[in-house]
This record gives sequence, structure tokens and C-alpha cells, in this order.
Amino acid sequence: MSKSNVTRRGVLRTGAVAGAGVALPTIFTASSARAFTNEPTGDTVTLGFNVPQTGAYADEGADELRAYELAVEHLNGGGDGGMLSTFSSQVLDGSGIMGKKVEYVTGDTQTKSDAARASAKSMIEKDRAVMITGGSSSGVAIAVQGLCQEAGVIFMAGLTHSNDTTGKDKKANGFRHFFNAYMSGAALAPVLAKEYGEDRKAYHLTADYTWGWTQEESIKAATESLGWETVETVKTPVGAGDFSSYIAPVLNSGADILVLNHYGGDMVNSLTNAVQFGLREKQANGKNFEIVVPLFSRLMARGAGESIKGILGSTNWHWSLQDEGSKAFVQSFGTKYGFPPSQAAHTCYVQTLLYADAVQRAGSFDPCAVAEALEGYEFDGLGNGPTLYRAEDHQCFKDVLVVRGKENPTSEFDLLEVVEITPRSQVEYAPDHPMFSGGSLGSCNSGA
Amino acid sequence: MDAVILQILNGLDKGSAYALIALGLTLIFGTLGVVNFAHGALFMIGAFCAVTLNRLLSLSHQVVDETQKDFLGNPLKVDVPYVNDIFGEATGSAIIDWSVPLAILFSIPVMILIGVIMERGLIKHFYRRPHADQILVTFGLAIVLQEIIKQIYGANPIPTPAPDAFTGSFDFGVLLGFDPNAVIYPYWRLIYFAFAAVIIGAVFAFLQFTTFGMVVRAGMADRETVGLLGINIDRKFTIMFGLAAAVAGLAGVMYAPINSPNYHMGMDFLVLSFVVVVVGGMGSLPGAVAAGFLLGVLESFASMNEVKAILPGIDQIIIYLVAIIILLTRPRGLMGRKGVMED
Amino acid sequence: MLGLGKKDITLFAVVAVLALFAPFILNPFPAGSSLAQFNAGYPDLMQRFVIFGIFAIGFNILFGLTGYLSFGHAAFLGAGSYSAVWMFKLLSMNVIPAILLSMIVAGLFAVVIGYVSLRRSGIYFSILTLAFAQMSYNLAYSVLTPITNGETGLQVTLDDPRVLGQTATADGGIPVTNLFGLEMRHFTTLELGPWQFQFSVGYYLCAIIMLISFYLAIRIFRSPFGMMLRAVKSNQQRMFYTGLNARPYTLAAFVISGMYAGLAGGLMASMDPLAGAERMQWTASGEVVLMTILGGAGTLIGPVLGAGFIKYFENIFSKINDQILHGWVAWLPDGLEDLVVALIHPFVGKGWHLTLGLMFMLIVIFLPGGLVEGGQRIARSLRRRKSTDDGKSASTEPAE
Repeated sequence: MSKSNVTRRGVLRTGAVAGAGVALPTIFTASSARAFTNEPTGDTVTLGFNVPQTGAYADEGADELRAYELAVEHLNGGGDGGMLSTFSSQVLDGSGIMGKKVEYVTGDTQTKSDAARASAKSMIEKDRAVMITGGSSSGVAIAVQGLCQEAGVIFMAGLTHSNDTTGKDKKANGFRHFFNAYMSGAALAPVLAKEYGEDRKAYHLTADYTWGWTQEESIKAATESLGWETVETVKTPVGAGDFSSYIAPVLNSGADILVLNHYGGDMVNSLTNAVQFGLREKQANGKNFEIVVPLFSRLMARGAGESIKGILGSTNWHWSLQDEGSKAFVQSFGTKYGFPPSQAAHTCYVQTLLYADAVQRAGSFDPCAVAEALEGYEFDGLGNGPTLYRAEDHQCFKDVLVVRGKENPTSEFDLLEVVEITPRSQVEYAPDHPMFSGGSLGSCNSGA
Repeated sequence: MDAVILQILNGLDKGSAYALIALGLTLIFGTLGVVNFAHGALFMIGAFCAVTLNRLLSLSHQVVDETQKDFLGNPLKVDVPYVNDIFGEATGSAIIDWSVPLAILFSIPVMILIGVIMERGLIKHFYRRPHADQILVTFGLAIVLQEIIKQIYGANPIPTPAPDAFTGSFDFGVLLGFDPNAVIYPYWRLIYFAFAAVIIGAVFAFLQFTTFGMVVRAGMADRETVGLLGINIDRKFTIMFGLAAAVAGLAGVMYAPINSPNYHMGMDFLVLSFVVVVVGGMGSLPGAVAAGFLLGVLESFASMNEVKAILPGIDQIIIYLVAIIILLTRPRGLMGRKGVMED
Repeated sequence: MLGLGKKDITLFAVVAVLALFAPFILNPFPAGSSLAQFNAGYPDLMQRFVIFGIFAIGFNILFGLTGYLSFGHAAFLGAGSYSAVWMFKLLSMNVIPAILLSMIVAGLFAVVIGYVSLRRSGIYFSILTLAFAQMSYNLAYSVLTPITNGETGLQVTLDDPRVLGQTATADGGIPVTNLFGLEMRHFTTLELGPWQFQFSVGYYLCAIIMLISFYLAIRIFRSPFGMMLRAVKSNQQRMFYTGLNARPYTLAAFVISGMYAGLAGGLMASMDPLAGAERMQWTASGEVVLMTILGGAGTLIGPVLGAGFIKYFENIFSKINDQILHGWVAWLPDGLEDLVVALIHPFVGKGWHLTLGLMFMLIVIFLPGGLVEGGQRIARSLRRRKSTDDGKSASTEPAE
């Protein structure tokens, strides 16, 4: 990571061939030759897939890993090519990236900032990874993004929904394909107003950490602008387990909507508890009481079981989408693994392709060249319609899905139905929007 | 007022889970002198007994339904449980619906067996080892047990609903003269509380009124003397361990519908239940139960908006704060006995 | 020499050699070979080995000598990390003030928590320390976010003041942690044929500090103060009856061990300027307990070995995936290859916890004194073989 660690595997291999017999030692490597961190000089390039493999998000991590393996297979010309054929940019031809075969290393983030950084560091320092990607929470994404910025490699975020990832904590070397809390609010609010009316009183339960707060802020702003009133917002400890003491007062608070700003296990528990308390059968202010979960995933829907039926929320992508890109991806993922991919899998697959494509177009693995190729890049054919990687904050802008828990699922994967595909124009915002202000991208770091 | 009643109900409900787990922990502490870090794992395995029974009852064969398509466009394969074939569809789905209560019967022998194997195979050899070694080995065991569950069932929570008959909630408020919907409480949680009360009562009665219980109590008080009297205390201890495992397991089975079981739920409860046991006082069964309910109720009160408005974040730390205050004012917790785990 | 006995000198010399030559010792396999997966000689992991070594050495001063089992030591590690990062944000990126402040803050924390907790003993003490640490963790994660940056962890940013340093570098980046200009992340690579060895500035700073800590720990173990602490462990009552008050001694041990934890936290932040709340969680406190017991509580070298053991599993085993497994056994016939991979699969990658849990159980069952006892047994059996060869009687005196 400093100036002097020039040698890379390639040099080493040449050295090994040349010097095998002679065993000529000591090349305390000089500082000039290297152009950027972990420049791939051999005939392979190594990517680092850093996903949660232990802890509460392990299943989500496993799905991300499947998507990465599929992406690598397709980049190297294996399988049916998946989205390579539907991607609007046609520079990837299955011969790896710039003719180099794609290899990968995996690591465990444990969904902890510390462990995630340790794992990413080992990929950079030991395995010479030139790009790090993955993750299943915003805390981890922001921490690893910061590390990649310092180390001079590209970070392609996995599942991260907090405004901060491309807001106050944005970094020049980091890119997010996933949507964010603001977009959830912007997409969800009109549907909520349409379904439940504009005269509603909402009660928020919010996971007490940064993601929860940005989520609450976004949903609150979006619904209030459509006429809703926010009765109360209550912070709940992360991993509270039993939410009964937070749910119990809701019915008597004068609210007629409960918004659960929780994710993962917390969401599964809080929703299950809310349904247990019979909130959904109750009436308040003369209207049916409703529950809203702004951010959904299929895995969470599976954990919540019956409780999820009929609940509205938003999601980044769903396998039932009928555009060519989504169909191609679902087809090759389903054929390989026997079940449809999750939204996390989709984002991770697409991020890998986008990185490979950017390298190919830039003609270099240099992070600064790659970043330049991604900035302001318009593409299509990867699901969610025409998409823009905005230069100002490295956030993707694309259609957002509003979904509802399905009443009669045909399988354990068929849990959500798409209510509305909110067009991109409706979820766009200015780069200096107050919810995203405070940070700056800084300048790109190639580690040179 | 109605809010306070609600939180008391919540507190008793949370307290039931704490008390049940702490009860088993204290039994093991008190009789065997072993710090069992795998006790949370036993609770988790109990919950997965419910999941397993549900899966077993739902074992299915696939029937191809040509009218529907799956996600790849092939004809949809519909799962038909074998119980439906045997008992007909109505009875079959009723049996699956009642899998959690049925799991109580299923889990008792399973948990006792697991407990006895654990004690005979592992814990027995650690009676005379330092507490530190006991912690290390039982912690290792807890990790192994939860990783095995994770390999089988995955890391995602698994919904395990209570029978349909118990969904919905009971309106207490009307009984007490409040408006409808002011104080409502889910049926299953009320059942959980009643169930916990019965189990706790049964354990106390067992220890109080049977010869076996008398010997165990004597053993808790003075193990050496009981041994000198020619009573085979080892055998009794094995049974005790099985019993403690069964109590933890039952707490887990009944908890499954409240929160979907996942593989790390045991670890989440572990630390809390240790706090409960110690606040109750080492070696005291009534202490453990009392502390469980006390901390449950206080935790619920701390999460009220009115309280949080004055002390932000109090609900995050209340249990630990109370633990510190109690341990500083009462050296051995609520009802602890002198000399137990004090060195 | 240096106030150490002969045996301690040998021990210290061994540790010093191991620490200074770690880049060679931990990278026994040629880079690019299929066994390179097991190499641990890259800067980040080597730094973690010695930093957690310091943490465990400090913990052992309290637990190994006095027998007081603290279940909240991670609070000091976390407090140290936060203070160090704040130093980087406000003062400069030089690691010296950061490390000093982290020790001071952790020490103050330890005085307060220790003063209160040491009023109780045994498991009551353990739960008190646990309660303090969990309170710190929960608050750091939520209410104290302005100070701790909550879930994400405290990071240095481009708009920090850094009154004595620079806010941003000339090319618009965040400056890096350094020791009077010597960058912590700087490293050079030595190539010897197919082998690669990385020498990192950060690692050597950590290693030297670890050696100093280790030396101090030996001195404490051998001092009259150390004797007093052992007396607390063996019989506090008797000590009391001889007119000695144990409390000041145990409090001193608690504070020293808290400062060790703070030092470890400060070093962690110096190597990688981020402080996350998880560092204070009970699992982190539990980890140092496990490290110490696993290595051998009460021995000097044990905790360091335990720390290395756990961190090795966490960082190396978690990275083995099926692709790598297939690479290893590619020479087997196809069916057999898949079988072998399927058999190993549950224990590596996402199953690394399982392997760790099994290792805990095996070690504590078969080696009651931890890894140190394992070492002693091997040494003893070697010596016995030697002694039967030349007819001398083997010494059975255990090494520390």
C-alpha cells in the first residue's frame, strides 16, 4: 500500500522462472515501477468478495456469493453468459477482463465493521485483490468503502441502503448500485397514499442506528409531504429480540399506520410481534390499521412467514421482473442453483459486471481510470431499466419496486408481488439534497 | 394507566422467558457447580424441536400441477404432505397447525436425552476443573451446537406459527372498564406466561415434595456430607442436568411462535440469563425466578416513550444498570447464599 | 540481565526472535503455491496477532495472577480505540499522542469500573464488569453516536481539523497514520525465489511495543507486587487476617490490565484508523477470556499463543472456499474429489466457527493447561527421549 511494494504476482512468477535455479534473492523492490495498488501483471486478475458468512445475515451472504461465482463464470466465458448478452455495453466477450482470467477470493465480514475491514485488508495485502465488493449492511459498507479509498482499490458496494453510503460518507473509490432510503420513501409514499388514503397518522419504530435514522427521516419526509401526520417515532435497540413492549402502546396512540424501520432479524421479529398483537385486524380512527415495512427482502419475507402477507414495502429488484436482463439472470441463476436469486444476489452480480465492463472500456485496471469510466455512465439491460451511475455521488439511479407480501405464494421463493415499478425520474434527487449533504467524494486514490 | 398495565403484562411475559432459562442455569450451578455456557444453546435447540417437528409433519411428496408454472417456466411442482394422504386434508392440516403444542411432547424426551448425554459425556469430567475450563468447554460446545443447527436449517429465522386457534389477542381493557383496544394482549403470550408459571411451579414442587428433590436440595447445600451418607449423588446430578435441559428446551419450544427461531437465539439470551441468575443470587432458585420477572418488568417500563423522553437510551441499558445497583447494595444478589461462586 | 532470571531471559529471547522474524515464520509457503492460503505473514494479520497478544497479556495480569475474571475488558479496548481516533481527528495523525491518550482514557475507565466492581468477588465481579461493558457498548451503538459514530464506527474524514497536522493531503486524500512521518502502512517486500516476505512499519512498531509490554509483564509476575496478587488468588481471607488489604493491589492490577487493553485499542486504531462499537461487545470481552484460557491462564506466553490461535482461525480458515478446496484435491479422481471437498466443506469458509468451537473443546479436554501445556508435553517427551538416550533424568519443572 505504500510506494515501494512494486512486485506483484507477475513479477514474482517471472522471477520464479528466471531465478528458480539460481535462487537469486533480495529484490528489495524499488519504488518506481508500480502504477497503482495491486496492478495485475500476470494472466489473471483477482477480485475480493467480502460477504457475511457467519451471523444473522449469513444466508444473504451465501446468496451474494452464489451471484459472484455466477458472474465470474460468465466473465470467463462459462455458462450461458447471463446478462452479458442483454447488457447495453457489449465490450465484455467472455474472455475475462481485458483478456485476463478472473479469479476470486472470499472472506467473512461477520457483519462487523472491524472484521469486515480485516477481511478486506487480507484480500488487498495478501491476495492482491484489485477490487473489493459485497456486504449486507450499511455500517460494513461504509467502513470497507473507507478502507478501499485509503488502500487505493475500487469498492463496489453490495447491499447497503443507508443514505450515508453515497451521502455524507461517500468516497471517490466507492460505488453503489443498490437503492437507498430516500428512494424507498419517494417510491413508497405515493403508493401508500393511494392505497391507504392521504389522511393517515403514522407511528414509527426505528432501529437505533444510522441506517434506521436515515430510513425514518426519508419515509417521514416523503409521507408527510403527501399529507400524513407522524404521531410518534420510537427508537428500538438493535437486536432487541422481543419488540412487544414497543408494539403494545401503538394501538392506543391515535395512530392508524405502523412503520417498521427495521431490517433483517429485527424486522422479522417486530413484524411478527405486531401481527401477534392483532394490529392488522384492528380499526383505528375509523380506518383499518395497516403496517408498512419500507425495506423488504425475500429472505426477511421468508423469516416472517404468514405475517408478511399483504404488507407493502420497497425493494431494489425482484426475480419476477419481465425485462430481458432480469429474465436472463434468473434463468442462469435458477438453472445453476435451482431457485431464483434474491435482490442482494442481483446487485452483487450486476456490480461485478459493471466493474468488469468499466475496466474493459477504460482499458486499465487503474482505479482512477475505472472510476472515471463508471462516473456518469448510462447503461441498460441489467434489470431496473435504464440506469445512471451519477458522477457527483457514485449512486445508481434506476427504477425502484414497490412490493407487497403475496397472499398465495406458490413456493417458498414466491413471496412478493410487484405492485408498482416506480420510474427513475420519481426517485431522483439533487446531489446536495440535505439528507445527503456533509461529505465529499475526495479525489480518487490509486495507491500510487 | 392502561399503558402501565400493558407494560406489566409485557414484563411478565419477557420475565417468563428469562425466569425459565435462569431456573435451569441455577439448577446446574447450584447442584453441579458448573458454569454452563451451553445453556442458551439448549434453549435454542428446544425452539428447533418445534421447527423440526413442523418439518417432519410437513414432509411431502411432489405433485406436478400442469396449470401453474414455476419461475423458470416449467410446470409447477406442488408439495403434498404425507399426513394429508394418511388422515385426509382437513385432519392433516390441523395436525401441522398444532405442531408447536405437539412439539412439547416431542421435545421432552429429546431434551432429556441431550442433557444426559451432555452430562455423562462431557460435563461430568469438568466437575473438579476450574470454572475457567468449564466456561471454555461449554462455550465451545455452544458454538458447535449452533453451527450444527445452522448447517441444517440455515441462518435465516424460520417462522413457526402457533395454532390458528391462538392467533389474535385478548382485550383485557374491557374487563377492567377501559375502552376497547386499550389493553389488548396476544393469546399465545398469555399462554406462554401460564405455561412458564406451571413449569416453575412443577420444578419447585418436585424439589420440595419428593425424596429425590430433598436429596438434591441437600446436595446443593452440602455435597460432601450427602456423599458421605452413601447416597449416589452423581446419578441424581445426571437426572438433574437432564431436567434442566428439558426446562430450557420447553422454554424454547413455546417461544418459537413468539419470535421466529434462528440459530443464534441462544447466544442472544445467554448473557442476559447470566445476569438474571447472578442478580437473583447464586444458588437460589426463587432468586432466579424473582430476578427474571423483576428485570423483565423493568425492561418493559424502560421502553415506554414517557420514560425514554426523560432518559434517552435507558431501555438499552436498564438491565445492566439494575444489575449493578442490586449487586452493589446486596452483595449476593437478591437471595444468594454465601460462598457460592464467590471465589 | 534486565532484572530477569535466566529462564525468563530465555523466554523473552524466544518471544523476541519470534516477533522480529514473524514475517518469515508466518510465510512458510511460496506465494502462488496452493498452500499459500495458510500463510499468515501479511501486515494486517501480523499486527492483529501482536495487538491481541498485548490485550491478552494485560488481561492475564488480572486474571492469571489474581483470579478475578473480568467479563468486560473489551470496554477498555473500545475506549482506547475511540480516544486514539479522536486524537487523529483533532490533533494529528502521529500515533504517539493517540496511543498515550488511549492508555490514559482506558486507565481512567478502569479506575472507575474497577473501584466499583472490585467490591465484589467471584461471579458477582464478572457480572459487574460485564454490565459496565455492555452498557458502554449499547450506548456507543446508539445514544452516543455523536462521539462514536454508532454502527459504522468512528472514522477519520476529510474535514477533521487536525490542528497540528494537515486536514487533507495535497492530492485531496486523508492523511495516513504515521510515527513522525514514517507511515504505518508502509511496507517493503523481500523476494527469495518463490517466497515473498512483507516487512511493514506498522507491524514492527506493534511488535516492539508488544515486547516492551511482555517485558513489563514478566517483571510484574516476578515482583513482590506479583506475589501479592498471587496471594489474593490463593487465599484472600488469610491475607486479610495478616493485616493486608487486598483491594489496592487488585485495583492496581485491574488498572494496569485496563491500560494494556487501552494500549491494544490505541494500536489497533493506529494501524487502521477506525473504531467500531463491536469492540466493546461482550463477545469481544469473551474472546480475550477464551484467548487467555486457551493459551494457558497464569502463564506468561500462553495468552499470546491463544490470541494468535483464535485470530489465525478467524482470518485464515474463513477464507477457504470450495474453489480452493477443489484446487487442493484436484489430483484425486472426480468422485473422490467431490467427496473429500464435501467432507471438508462444513469446517472451512462459513463453517470456521464450527472448527473453532471444536478446537476449544478438544484443547480444554485434552490439555487442561491450555496450549502451553501442549508445548510442555511435547518438550517433556522430547527431553525424555533424549534423557533415556544419554541416561540423565529429565527435569519435570514446568516452564512458565
